[in-house]
Amino acid sequence: MNFLRIMTQKKSLIPKLNLRQRTLIAMIVSAIILLSVIFAGILLGDERIATNLENRNLAPSLDHPFGTDWLGRDMFTRTMKGLTLSIAVGLIAAAASSLIAVVLGILAATAGKIIDSIISWLVDLFLSVPHLVTLILIAFALGGGMKGVIIGLALTHWPSLCRVIRAEVMQLRSTEYVQISRKLGKKRWWIVTKHMIPHLIPQFFVGLILLFPHAILHEAAITFVGMGLSPHHPAIGIILSESMRYLSTGMWWLAFFPGLCLLIVVRSFDIIGENLRMLIDPHRAHE
Amino acid sequence: MLLEAHNIGLRHPNGHWLFRNLSISLRSGEIVGIRGPSGCGKTSFARILSGYEQPSEGVVLLDNSPLPKTNYHPVQLIYQHPEKAVNHRWKMSKILNEGWTPDDHLLTSLGIEREWLNRWPNELSGGELQRFCVARALGPKTKFLIADEMTTMLDAISQAQIWQSVLDIAQKRNLGILVVSHDDHLLKRVCSRVIEFHNISYK
Amino acid sequence: MLEVNHLSISFLQYEKGLKQQQLKVIKDLSVSVHSGEILAVVGSSGSGKSLLAHAILGILPTNATTEGTIYFDGVKLTPEKKEEFRGKEISFVPQSVNFLDPLMRVGTQVRNAARGASTSAQRKAFERLRLAKDVEQKFPFQLSGGMARRVLASTAMVSGAKLIIADEPTPGMDPTVIKEALKYFRELADSGCTVLMITHDIGAALEIADKIAVFYAGTTVESAMVNDFSGDGRLLRHPYSKALWRALPQNDFLPIPGSQPLPYANLPGCLFEPRCAFATTECRQDEPKPREIRNGIVRCIHAT
Repeated sequence: MNFLRIMTQKKSLIPKLNLRQRTLIAMIVSAIILLSVIFAGILLGDERIATNLENRNLAPSLDHPFGTDWLGRDMFTRTMKGLTLSIAVGLIAAAASSLIAVVLGILAATAGKIIDSIISWLVDLFLSVPHLVTLILIAFALGGGMKGVIIGLALTHWPSLCRVIRAEVMQLRSTEYVQISRKLGKKRWWIVTKHMIPHLIPQFFVGLILLFPHAILHEAAITFVGMGLSPHHPAIGIILSESMRYLSTGMWWLAFFPGLCLLIVVRSFDIIGENLRMLIDPHRAHE
Repeated sequence: MLLEAHNIGLRHPNGHWLFRNLSISLRSGEIVGIRGPSGCGKTSFARILSGYEQPSEGVVLLDNSPLPKTNYHPVQLIYQHPEKAVNHRWKMSKILNEGWTPDDHLLTSLGIEREWLNRWPNELSGGELQRFCVARALGPKTKFLIADEMTTMLDAISQAQIWQSVLDIAQKRNLGILVVSHDDHLLKRVCSRVIEFHNISYK
Repeated sequence: MLEVNHLSISFLQYEKGLKQQQLKVIKDLSVSVHSGEILAVVGSSGSGKSLLAHAILGILPTNATTEGTIYFDGVKLTPEKKEEFRGKEISFVPQSVNFLDPLMRVGTQVRNAARGASTSAQRKAFERLRLAKDVEQKFPFQLSGGMARRVLASTAMVSGAKLIIADEPTPGMDPTVIKEALKYFRELADSGCTVLMITHDIGAALEIADKIAVFYAGTTVESAMVNDFSGDGRLLRHPYSKALWRALPQNDFLPIPGSQPLPYANLPGCLFEPRCAFATTECRQDEPKPREIRNGIVRCIHAT
């Protein structure tokens, strides 16, 4: 109860931003960060990451903001390209994953008891094993590489969203207005598209965006341990794992900046997702 | 037409019978009231009669054939809480026209203002929403209406407004109405006969 | 005992996109109740009369703003005081069954809500409301709507509060239980309690209340004694109260056309004017001020 705050509120000269405006600003800032990373990754030329032994092992400077590595490659360019690749992999994987979640979630809730128990069992199975373990197993079985990572990510990240969607559809199915709709002669498919999907779309997008950071972190992690993308891709996991070898020689910038950037990107996605959820939540819609 | 319930019984999953051997018949044009204490299963019985729930035993017959499972249901139920009976993501006009398109005359007689059609459900009061729910249930294929505490949550003026127009329409279209309520005055006012719920069920 | 003066409640709401709008739901509402009295606030559901209860208890949502003052027992109710009194001095019977915790046995909930009342007091109240012995061991989902309401009503009875606010305590109960619950409220009042009952059920209000405040479109249009609601309603002062009285099924069952204006509609004059059979051009000009007529208060310039 923030009653006190309201009762004692004074009118200030600067218009106070309401929650919706603040949320929107947070989301826009996050989106700008992500977009600039992607643009930087695409626009920066390959010549800056070509081997250039004259400039190797330079500490951060104006010319090389993130320093250079033992082959003289510009770490800023490598990081941006690595992150762009990670975002792309994360995007494909998260989209595939949430699609699986929605289809299975709706099926579980509408297609009868047997299918429901099979899907619920699958969800429990996947959730009982750590993501990373299943991810490594699947990626390894598929022979690693880009394809292995994407399929692995897609197949491991759907269960929690699937559970949410299933519960949501179940709850919708028992609402009075959906039952009334049946008695007004509406077909099952009509009810799914007109009553249920509009309720699920926001859930779907929030779930999708919140899957991103997971997918990116796991992609980096699996690449870091050597089961993911092949070493000639400029992936963030590769950069981090290579730089580990040089940390002891005092070249802190090799791991520090890429790691920090990864963190910022992941947090940006998280902020967008959480804020989107808040905007959509009807209980807080008018704060 | 004739709506009949034969020896209806409903059992809880735990094996305990909520009610058994309930039989009732309702003709077109007849308005019958059911009265009973809360928690005795009136609402479940109303849901069975309108096809929302399957009884554990017994049958509901409409002109000697079982209730249809698909298509527009000839026995429409009106719920007690209109707030729950509408999709809050839909505007009122979409809600109103979900099953059929009520004509202007019906809207006027139920006191539905045209301006409300462009509003969202949370902008209207329960009494206003209930008018929409009633209009929605009065499609041309509706033969019987089950009013389960239809106006219990509403003020006296809304109650009188809704009932007067429902009675008027029922007479014109020869609808049968089953009124589930605990308000003796209301039952006396609108029904031709009133049944005590526990008199028609034997546990 | 309880005095509400010029209470206004408005909500800050989003219109399209980012713009916010102040929506005044309660306007300039004043009521007072003495100890030992029952005041019923009667009006249509969804018209915002529950907000009066929420304002006294200090449980309005965060986007609400209030103006006006509330005195309880001579003490001005500040947010801190409201919190202190809630559940102790002031007890609340909520309207929605959703106020019950779905994961707790109802007996425990009732004792907790009354801030640690004894088990025997709770059992006595349950018995009084014809709730079977095993009900206290049940969870809310195992109760029917009427039973859940009786459970809610029992919290007020066991709390020992000086002021009881009951928000729609009766719908869904059958007449015998309503009578019993109302009788209990009456007894509480006779023993010195103050009861504020918010309801749309005039029948229930007439049975126990001493005074009735008629609520329409965000304010009270009339405060009358119970006896004024009798016969053809000629003792009533406001045309809306008369219409409400006549619309009861035990009276004429006659509705009046039209509907209550939405809070979005900005009517400059009397809010009942569009539906009033006695409206004149003057009614459209200014909001009628409350006037005292025949021991009651009315907001109508034509009332006699």
